[in-house]
Amino acid sequence: MVKGRQGERVRSKSNQYPNTSLVQIEGVNTKEEVSWYQGKRVAYIYKAKVKVKGSHYRCIWGKVIRPHGNTGIVRAKFTSNLPPKSMGSRVRVMMFPSNI
Amino acid sequence: MAPRTKSSRNPDLIRGVGKYSRSQMYHKRGLWAIKAKNGGVFPRHDAQPKPEAPAVKPPKFYPADDLRATITPGTVLIILAGRFKGKRVVFLKQLPSGLLLVTGPFKINGVPLRRVNQAYVIATSTKVNIDGVNVEKFDDEYFAKEVEKKNKKGEGEFFEAEKDEKKTLPQGKKDDQQAVDAVLLKSIECVPDLKTYLSARFSLMSGMKPHELVF
Repeated sequence: MVKGRQGERVRSKSNQYPNTSLVQIEGVNTKEEVSWYQGKRVAYIYKAKVKVKGSHYRCIWGKVIRPHGNTGIVRAKFTSNLPPKSMGSRVRVMMFPSNI
Repeated sequence: MAPRTKSSRNPDLIRGVGKYSRSQMYHKRGLWAIKAKNGGVFPRHDAQPKPEAPAVKPPKFYPADDLRATITPGTVLIILAGRFKGKRVVFLKQLPSGLLLVTGPFKINGVPLRRVNQAYVIATSTKVNIDGVNVEKFDDEYFAKEVEKKNKKGEGEFFEAEKDEKKTLPQGKKDDQQAVDAVLLKSIECVPDLKTYLSARFSLMSGMKPHELVF
């Protein structure tokens, strides 16, 4: 899986749209490189105090939708919106669904 | 009878309430006359033989056609998710459900005969020669879950017996695995380093960019 940093929400000057997050994938620096990652699943993994299904770790799944701008940032949509505390945190970009 | 539009003989007073009662309607519809004509019983028609069930429609989606061009029998695949993620594995054939039949071989990397979804696999350019491997008998039913027999047992026996039943893989499946692998191992050992390649896991190292890798 590839490392990425998840950051801002998609926004205009005064409004933000929390359903889509921006993800910076390491090593991806141009819009053309993003096409490989389109559709790939993304996971935001976090810890919680209460154990759910035997684990302290929890995950929100999402997928890479499209590039955002020209320098390799990517838009990702998650099954539920990412919490604000996740801004700037690590996100895992998986290599599946694969098309190679 | 001349075709006629069906108009109800029972005009509505209000929606849901007709002008005539059931017995009045019985008279108006002439059911008494039909019955009299048929010997006091309302005529029945035996069910007509049903027209033959329409031929099975050709399925809209043929999963077998959807196979990526890079995946051919004998290709080494990298499994991306699940218990065997990162394992390099030999592709045998595509099953009718669209899933890929794959084997480690078991001796090399512990992956048994298994089904894998195409989307969770990267096809490498490495190919193994699989002439002589007989995969005819494997299809989706082979991998179907065993239906557990329902035995009513006493409370005490219940827990013990469950433990015993679950663990072993039927010997038939082990034999199938060995039969397929025996042929494969010979082809693999012919190629230098292929065995160690298959036993090693794939992983992304620091600085490796998947979008730039050539598989």
